[in-house]
Amino acid sequence: MELQVSDLTVTRGGIAVLEGVNLAVSAGAALVLRGPNGIGKTTLLRTIAGLQPALLGTVSLDREQMAYSGHADGIKAPLTVAENLTFWASVFGTGSIDAALAAFQLDPLAARPAGGLSAGQKRRLGLARMVVTGRPVWVMDEPTVSLDTDAVAMFAEAVRAHLAGGGLALLATHIDLGLSEARVMDVGPFKAKPPTIDDFDGAFL
Amino acid sequence: MIALLLRDLRLAIRAGGGFGLGLAFFLIVVVLVPFGVGPNSSLLSKIAPGILWLGALLACLLSLDRIFALDWEDGSLDLLATAPLPLEAIVSVKALAHWLTTGLPLVIAAPVFGVLLNLPAAGYGPLVISLLIGTPALSVIGTFGAALTVGLKRGGLLLSLLVLPLYVPTLIFGAEMARRSIEGLTAQTSLLMLAGITFAVIALLPFASAAVLRVNLR
Repeated sequence: MELQVSDLTVTRGGIAVLEGVNLAVSAGAALVLRGPNGIGKTTLLRTIAGLQPALLGTVSLDREQMAYSGHADGIKAPLTVAENLTFWASVFGTGSIDAALAAFQLDPLAARPAGGLSAGQKRRLGLARMVVTGRPVWVMDEPTVSLDTDAVAMFAEAVRAHLAGGGLALLATHIDLGLSEARVMDVGPFKAKPPTIDDFDGAFL
Repeated sequence: MIALLLRDLRLAIRAGGGFGLGLAFFLIVVVLVPFGVGPNSSLLSKIAPGILWLGALLACLLSLDRIFALDWEDGSLDLLATAPLPLEAIVSVKALAHWLTTGLPLVIAAPVFGVLLNLPAAGYGPLVISLLIGTPALSVIGTFGAALTVGLKRGGLLLSLLVLPLYVPTLIFGAEMARRSIEGLTAQTSLLMLAGITFAVIALLPFASAAVLRVNLR
């Protein structure tokens, strides 16, 4: 399996932010996207995950094979940690949540209402959701925000285990993820040029 | 789908979920009306079906903006959209959960509140049946309105303005059915129209709701 993105142009609010993006990630590999704020990393990831349509270009894999995690973790505060994960496990039709709890050391917190967790613990719960999805492609936006160094190491281990199982990962971040083997790509060069004003519109400006 | 339904029901019942809010609002409306129009029991029994229907409709409206707003704020809606469930199924389940937590309690409580308005004895059966058939339409139409306004902060007022006109047919035929039964007339036409509206919106609106949700998630 290989994720191939060719000549992808992504838009935010109707304006192209990145154009002609080409990237390829093969099974067992991770690609880290970097670039300044506002360059369009989130928009690119959302487009690849199928949450918004691309203006041009293609993504080789179906969205049914991808699991997306964004800035918000999608945690329901009144439910316990275990209930939150069990919900996603049954939505994605995978069985047990034990592996996910163990990977992010959430076992001691399993019976705690998720609303009472700290920011870092919530993030760990949000990342544990990726494990229960059972999808081969992880598309993750700033996964390590608010995590401490130990938790970042946990995350790196979880990603390595996912890659070792034949999965692949596409991550956008500013922070070092502890994944030294991952390829890094700067999306800066794909910044969309401002639209040229044609003669007709130009006459009115 | 069952997991989503169970989650929504559980969230509604747990702290801050708003379960019973509609019911409490319904009670307040029904209790306040006799104070407003006076204790004339023949007048009250005349307007009882209309007031009960109106109260149920407004109570239903009260909890609509919770259908998607909470899931939108905490990011679950994005994650649900990438889940294996089609969006049409998600909006249908959400509408069902809304009806189970808001519409069904109103249907069950309506006969009790009918006593407060001196509803004539012949009206109880038709009123409950009309509410039972009509309130699912309120939830499904409301889910469509909630999907339209999902990205807006404080979209509650806009939601009411969008949804209330769409509630008019259900309100007319629902109240009409109870009123005609009380007057001893046949209520079959109203019943059939009410059921027709409900089945039509259940069949069609989930597709519209899913389409606007897709646009709003971009």
